[in-house]
Amino acid sequence: MSALLAIEDLSVEAGGRRLISDLSLAIGPRERVGLIGESGSGKSLTALAVSGLLPRGLLPHGSIRLAGREVIGAAERELNALRGSAVAIVFQEPLTALDPLMTVGRQVAEPLARRAKRDGAPLRGSALASAVLDLLRDVALPDPARLAHAFPHQISGGQRQRVAIAMALACRPALLIADEPTTALDVTTQAEILQLLDRLASERDMALLFIGHDLAVVASAVDRVVVMRQGVAVESGPVATVLAAPSHDYTKGLLQAARHFDDAIGRRL
Amino acid sequence: MTIPADTAILSRKARSWTLVAGLALVGLHLVVALLTLVWTPFDPTELAGRRLEAPSLLHLAGTDRLGRDLLTQIMIGSRIALTVGTAAVAIGAVLGTTLGLLAAFASNWLDDALAAALDILIAFPTLLIAMLVVAASDGANLSTAILALGLGLSPIVARLARILAKRVLLMDYITAARTSGTSWPAIVRIHVLPNIWPGLSVNLALQFGLAVIAEASLSYLGLGAPPPNASWGRLLQEAQGTVFSAPIGAITPGIALVSLVIGINLLADGLRERNDPARSER
Repeated sequence: MSALLAIEDLSVEAGGRRLISDLSLAIGPRERVGLIGESGSGKSLTALAVSGLLPRGLLPHGSIRLAGREVIGAAERELNALRGSAVAIVFQEPLTALDPLMTVGRQVAEPLARRAKRDGAPLRGSALASAVLDLLRDVALPDPARLAHAFPHQISGGQRQRVAIAMALACRPALLIADEPTTALDVTTQAEILQLLDRLASERDMALLFIGHDLAVVASAVDRVVVMRQGVAVESGPVATVLAAPSHDYTKGLLQAARHFDDAIGRRL
Repeated sequence: MTIPADTAILSRKARSWTLVAGLALVGLHLVVALLTLVWTPFDPTELAGRRLEAPSLLHLAGTDRLGRDLLTQIMIGSRIALTVGTAAVAIGAVLGTTLGLLAAFASNWLDDALAAALDILIAFPTLLIAMLVVAASDGANLSTAILALGLGLSPIVARLARILAKRVLLMDYITAARTSGTSWPAIVRIHVLPNIWPGLSVNLALQFGLAVIAEASLSYLGLGAPPPNASWGRLLQEAQGTVFSAPIGAITPGIALVSLVIGINLLADGLRERNDPARSER
């Protein structure tokens, strides 16, 4: 099996309640998959389960194979080796995703140095600094030399999200999980971040798991979508098929809601 | 980080004023404390004058009931207060932070047990715990007083460290660090300790002030450093009998104690304002 990520019959339980039921999902190298659903549908939990970071008290069952290695039940040490190299996550809220007391440059330098050390080619001093600047340039941050010395509260939300993406990229993951990366941003910035993710995924041969609640946003970023509702995958397939001919009532509802919204805006214009 | 409303409305100038005033007061005590290592006006045990002399050019703070120079003893008191305060807070900080972090990382069951134990310990006044420790040891001396106060302070520090660390651990940047394969010890070093430090350091400064007062209380009760160590608490206790005939003997150690504690609090406040990156360069 050549899939980068293979989730089979994943269930997550908390105190007898099922938060995710029998979810199966496979992502191959360089593939882009979207996970759509409303709040509380289990999207973000899926992302955490993939990296073995479920909060205590949430028990996963089934199988999650990441780069050929089983995640569920794996020891912390094995997971640490897997994290970063196989998978990295970009979170929804760009403010809390960055350490408020660390300059942007140092924040990016941490995972970069760790990855380099793990690869047996430690980066230090000016080599590390220039690698940090390269990464900041790669995520299209303006004036990287100045921003590297800024604290998170001194830069804009969009810039923060670019920094968070740079940190995720620093590990050179094979799979990038983007958990509602544009939800906290305004529409213009949202489009820029989507373009950025698109460019980076193709340049770096990364697979992308894009999680979101906005059909239009997710559809523009991926090739294939899985629609989740209350922890169950209700529908999946290529973006065009699902959007053009949704088979499940819930997906139809989501589409209709999106259309109503567009119509409402159209009338006002 | 939440900022108490009363300091937040202070202007920039007022804030730097607190720093300067704190530095001046603590600096004065520090200089005096260092000076006593090489020089004091008189030998602390020397009967340099008549009994209960009023302040004069020779004895700036008068003499005690045995005729010893009071200024000399107050100066040595600065050294003892700073030594005990620093060492006790260091012990309390290391012990408390370690316990607090352990509780923050522990399983729910262990965390509950630790939190309950800390709550019970906090219910006892620091001074009472310190007195128990002194009573349990062989005899009262400077190091038992330091150890006793350090142990007494640690539950409060532990509880604060625990709750601050728990809040930091919920942040996305911790999860992000973990997804990039950072080990727990590295996360504690890189993210947790720096992020709990602003909140913790303010509390530690308060604890320093409390430790200075607690040391004076222990000495007052005869549980601190034994004579001839001239702790402010012992000076106050000795001046108690003659407070009406020679009030200066009680006033001067009192002023010394109050000025150091206020200075520490002002310094802590000023330093926090200056070091908080979220509150500068706006």
